[in-house]
Amino acid sequence: MPYDSIVCVKQVPDTANITAEAMKEDGTVNRAALPAIFNPEDLHALETALEIRDRFGGTVTALTMGPPKAAEVLRECIYRGADRAILLTDRRAAASDTLATSYILARAIRTIGRYDFVFCGRQAIDGDTAQVGPQCAEKLGVTQITYLEDLVKLEGDTVQIRRNFGHGKEVVETRLPVLVTVVETANEPRPAAAKRVMRWKRARVPSEVSQEVKEAMPNGAEEQLAAETAGRVDALRKKDLLLEQWDLDRIGADLERCGLAGSPTKVFRIQSIVLTKSGYTEIPPTQEGVKQLIHELVVEHTLG
Amino acid sequence: MIEPNRKGEVWVFAEQEDGALHDVSMELCGKAADLGARLGVKTGAVLPGHNVKEMAGRLIALGIDTVYTTDDARLAHFQTGSYARVISTLVEKHRPQIVLYGATAMGRDLAPRVASTIQAGMTADCTDLDISDVTDPKTKLVHANLLLQIRPAFGGNIIATIVNYDRWPQMATVREGVMPMREPDYTRTGRIVPEAVELDETVLALKLIERHIEPRKVNLKGARVIVSGGGGIGSKENFKLIYDLAGAIGGAVGASRAAVDGGYIGKEHQVGQTGTTVRPALYIAVAISGAIQHRAGMEESAKVVAVNIDRNAPIFSVAHYGIVGDYRQVLPMMIKSLRERV
Repeated sequence: MPYDSIVCVKQVPDTANITAEAMKEDGTVNRAALPAIFNPEDLHALETALEIRDRFGGTVTALTMGPPKAAEVLRECIYRGADRAILLTDRRAAASDTLATSYILARAIRTIGRYDFVFCGRQAIDGDTAQVGPQCAEKLGVTQITYLEDLVKLEGDTVQIRRNFGHGKEVVETRLPVLVTVVETANEPRPAAAKRVMRWKRARVPSEVSQEVKEAMPNGAEEQLAAETAGRVDALRKKDLLLEQWDLDRIGADLERCGLAGSPTKVFRIQSIVLTKSGYTEIPPTQEGVKQLIHELVVEHTLG
Repeated sequence: MIEPNRKGEVWVFAEQEDGALHDVSMELCGKAADLGARLGVKTGAVLPGHNVKEMAGRLIALGIDTVYTTDDARLAHFQTGSYARVISTLVEKHRPQIVLYGATAMGRDLAPRVASTIQAGMTADCTDLDISDVTDPKTKLVHANLLLQIRPAFGGNIIATIVNYDRWPQMATVREGVMPMREPDYTRTGRIVPEAVELDETVLALKLIERHIEPRKVNLKGARVIVSGGGGIGSKENFKLIYDLAGAIGGAVGASRAAVDGGYIGKEHQVGQTGTTVRPALYIAVAISGAIQHRAGMEESAKVVAVNIDRNAPIFSVAHYGIVGDYRQVLPMMIKSLRERV
C-alpha cells in the first residue's frame, strides 16, 4: 500500500560558526551573515520518508518556509529523491514565533491535501525549541509521535514506531495520519544522487529567478525586468524545472495569526555570550602548587 | 486566546513516571513558590496520572498550595493527547498566570501541544526565570511583573530573554538541574483538588507496545564533587586518571561532549547543554577546552578548578583556580596530595 509523506525542512544558520557580526541591533539574527545549511535532523526526517516510499510506494513532498534562498534546501531534497517541493515565502510571515510558524505550516499542509505522514526533524539548531512539530500536529488535529528512532512496522493504516526519549525507549502504535519528529540516530541520510543533481540543479522558484534577473540587469527598467523574469519562469516551467512557490494568500492564512501579530512570545533582550575574564588564581603545575591548592580547598570547606 | 490574569496562580506541571515525581518538577515547585511570593499569588500544580495522592502530598511539601489532580487509569501512562487535554482544560478553567514544565523529553513533547491548543506562547528550555516590569519597545507600554524567560539560543552563542505581553498564560519549559530543589517541609498545608476531565478516543490514540527505561547509572546531579575529562584526554585508557582522581577525592566522573564523541566514556557522564546540568561544590575540569555548551552545564558550580595545557582555553574564564599544564603530570600530583592529606 503506497503512503504519501510531507516532510517539513528548514534552512538554518550554521550555529557552530557564529560571530557577533551576525546579530542585528534589534536582537534578531542577520541570517545573511551566516553560512546557511540544511537543518541536520530534517535530513533524517527526509530519509525516513524516502525509505517508506522506496519500500511501499507513494510520494514525498518537501515543504519549507523561509526567504527565497531557502529554496536551496528544497533542491537538496529533490537531489535525494523528493517528488515535489514547495517553498512558502512571504514577508508577512517574518518574525513568526513557533506558534505562528506552526499555524502557517499547518495551513500549507492542509493546502497540499492528502497525506499519511508528516515528518519533521526533532528540532532546528538555530532555536533548539523542538516545538514546531508538536504544534503543527495540534493544528492539524493529528496524533504526534516525537523522537522516532525506528519505524518498526507499517501495515495498512497502522504504524508502530520506536521512540528514543533519552533515558529509555518505547514502541507505540497508532492509526494514520500521524505527525512524526525524527532524531539523528534514526538512519543514515542518503547523499544527493548525481543524476538527480544534473537533472535538477537549474530548478528555481520564481523569486529566485527574479533575483537573478535583477542581478543580471542592474540598470533594467521595471517592465524589462518583469518581462525577462516572466520569460525565464516560463522556460523553466516548460522544462519542468520550476519549483512551487506559495505565499500566505495561497494557503488561505489568517494574517492575524502570522508573523509578529500571531506570535505571543516576544524577544525582549538578546545578550551575546562574552567570556568574562574575571581572573582566576593560577596554580603552578608543581607538587607544591597542587598541595597548596588542595589545602586551600580544604580551608574554604570546598573539600571536607 | 487567554487574556492576562494578574491574580492567576503560578503553576507547575508535575511530571511523574510510575508513581515517582521527576526531579525537575520538584525543583520547579520551589521556583514557583519564589515567583508566587514575588507576585503575591498562590502556587498550583497539575498532576495527571493514576493513584497520585501520595505525590500530591509531596508537591505541597515542596511549596505548592493547590494540587489539581486528574486521577484516571487511562492516564497511568503518559501520552501527549490525554495529558495535553487535561492541562489545557484546567488552564482554561483556572487561568494561571504562569505554567512551568520540565524541559524533559516528556515536557518538550507535551508543552508545545498545550500551547498550540490554547494559542498561548511557549518558551523552550529556559535556564533562568525572573519577574520584571517590561516596556514594549514598539508601543512604549509598560507591562508590570512579566515573567522573564531566559534561555540560550543559537547553539548557546546568545542568551535570549523572552516575554509574553498580552497573551497568557506565560509558559516555559525549564531545564533540569538549574533550579535548586527545596527541602520538603511536611508541615506545610495545601489543598488537593480532584478535577474530572473528559477523555475521548481522539486523545488516547496511542497504544503502548513495549517500554524499556534505562536506569540512570551515573548520579552526576547529586555529586558534591565532579571530576570531568575532555577531548584533550585523548583516549579511553587515559580516562583512568580521571577515575583515579575522582576516587581519591570522593567525586563522580563527568565528561565533555568531545570526550563522549571520542568514545572515551559513555554519554550518561556528559555535562553540558546536551548532557546533564550540574552545580556541585567543586568541579574539576581536566583537558576540557570549555565550549559554551559545556560551560552552560557547569558554570553554576560553587568552585571550578581547570587543568589545561592551553593557557587560552575558554574554560579558564569560568575557573576559580587554573593550572596551566599537562594533566598527565598534574593529576598524579593531585592524587598524591589528596592521599597524603588523609
